Amino acid sequence: MNTIDRASALELYRVMRTIRAFEERATQLFGENKIWGTIHSYAGEEAIAAGVCAHLRDDDWITSTHRGHGHCIAKGADLGKMFAELLGRETGDCRGRGGSMHIADTSKGNLGANGIVGGGIPIATGAALTAKQLGTDQVAVSFFGDGAVNQGTFHESLNLAAIWKLPAVYVCENNQYAESLPVKRAFAVEDISKRAEGYGIPGLHVDGRDVRAVHAAAAEAVARARAGKGPTFIVADSYRHEGHYYGDPRKYQAKDEIEGWRRLFDPIADARAWIVADSLGSAADLDEIDREVAADLDRSVAWADKGPLASPIKLPEDVYAG
Amino acid sequence: MRVSEGLTRPGAGGQSPPTGEMFYNEALGDALRLEMQRDERVIVIGEDIAEHGGAFQVTAGLLDKFGPTRIRQTPISEIGIVGAAVGAALTGLRPVVELMYVDFAGLAMDQIVNQAAQNRFMFGGQARVPMVLRTQGGSGRGNAAQHSKSLEAWFAHVAGLKLVMPSTPADAKGLLTAAIRDDNPVIFLEHKLLYRTKGQVPEGEHVVPLGKADVKRAGTDLTIVTWSREVLFTLDAAAKLAEEGISAEVVRADPRPGRS
Repeated sequence: MNTIDRASALELYRVMRTIRAFEERATQLFGENKIWGTIHSYAGEEAIAAGVCAHLRDDDWITSTHRGHGHCIAKGADLGKMFAELLGRETGDCRGRGGSMHIADTSKGNLGANGIVGGGIPIATGAALTAKQLGTDQVAVSFFGDGAVNQGTFHESLNLAAIWKLPAVYVCENNQYAESLPVKRAFAVEDISKRAEGYGIPGLHVDGRDVRAVHAAAAEAVARARAGKGPTFIVADSYRHEGHYYGDPRKYQAKDEIEGWRRLFDPIADARAWIVADSLGSAADLDEIDREVAADLDRSVAWADKGPLASPIKLPEDVYAG
Repeated sequence: MRVSEGLTRPGAGGQSPPTGEMFYNEALGDALRLEMQRDERVIVIGEDIAEHGGAFQVTAGLLDKFGPTRIRQTPISEIGIVGAAVGAALTGLRPVVELMYVDFAGLAMDQIVNQAAQNRFMFGGQARVPMVLRTQGGSGRGNAAQHSKSLEAWFAHVAGLKLVMPSTPADAKGLLTAAIRDDNPVIFLEHKLLYRTKGQVPEGEHVVPLGKADVKRAGTDLTIVTWSREVLFTLDAAAKLAEEGISAEVVRADPRPGRS
């Protein structure tokens, strides 16, 4: 039985609130032309990163996606270095070379966001192979969207992990759209988690709004992986509050859908309701966390903004090792 | 500056190690065996590499010596295999992938170009990707269009990769050893018509450094820089030129040495 005590509940809430607030701040910075390129907001999907990463140690690995800020935060990244990375500063996680779409923090086992849909799935599989080969109890988790499930890397990787019983967990964040394509037009199966049957591994289908449900499914999958019993495929249903990218005109969505679903699929509002109803914390406790998160973000952005811009002259330094 | 200035000459300046005659494919297998003995993080991953010994018999005998977890035979899943090697390399192993034909690289190209080659740069130097992708190319066996290409130009254009193309059995052993020890992704492109060529190969540990030109024949009138099987043709040509009184230097170089 996966029970969540007060400390864990408040920590899950803090992580989720941090992700949401980070995305709001990043969107604001982008609007001010301080962030170049593009950003993809994770708002609405916070319960998935928070619920899964709660079971991971610093030496466990994840691979992330273009919509990767939430995974990075949930895996313990420093917020100042993250903002510095988005702002293209030498003080960022990746010295400003990666930006939003390639942010990585290997010190926390984050093997990187990825600009290629499905690109991280085989990489997490390889990390799980390392754990198996060296006989450690480390686990590798790959986060990806519903779009990635239709890439060849998904098929090849889940099959390899299944035949080799690798300590991997594959987490599909079904946010209802592969860029602009609705999930119903991309799959002939109703329940994406059924694909697990084809690989001979467990498939779990959870409500990705509900951090308790994600937490419970991930507990089972991570324990199974750590015990050497092989991979699990989790599908967490969710809704992307923002467009595919900042500035997406969202012509493929009706306005009432966006407004209605944003309210219906709000994992943070749900978590608040659950925590208060179960007397794990009061509204005042949660408001206090909100204030602490906001203050932390203020400090982080201020620190990041002081960092020097990444130097074009130094760019070749990291192309080759040695 | 002449190309040959400052070049390394294997064996120069010291006692030459004992050698034995070997086929090119046996020399590659010898390098794999020695590096796997030396470092438990080295694994070989690919199709038909176990009981079958690889399509060109490079891994023959290694399954018995190292077992199925280090000679890790895979289903036919090129992007899965190459991507798993990238992830394994990022996290502490030193995988050697055998991609049966370079013509199949298209199936794995994203993991080669966008992941293996770019991870270190994109992550600001936080990561290393010490993997070798062994494959073979070239025509001349009547394998037709989808098994006969020479795709080295593709890889030569990708920053973050090193590209190595050995010409002799001694090169094959020494360069593969160096490639396995290198902390970067190395495309190790063999030639299908070289596997059954024979030559003297140093016994025991033999390292030919990457990124350094290798003078195969000294000469004073012109320098020809080449790689792979072309080195053999070029040496023949240089011998003919010598008959005409022209002294040609022949140098084997890596098409993309990388910066190190």
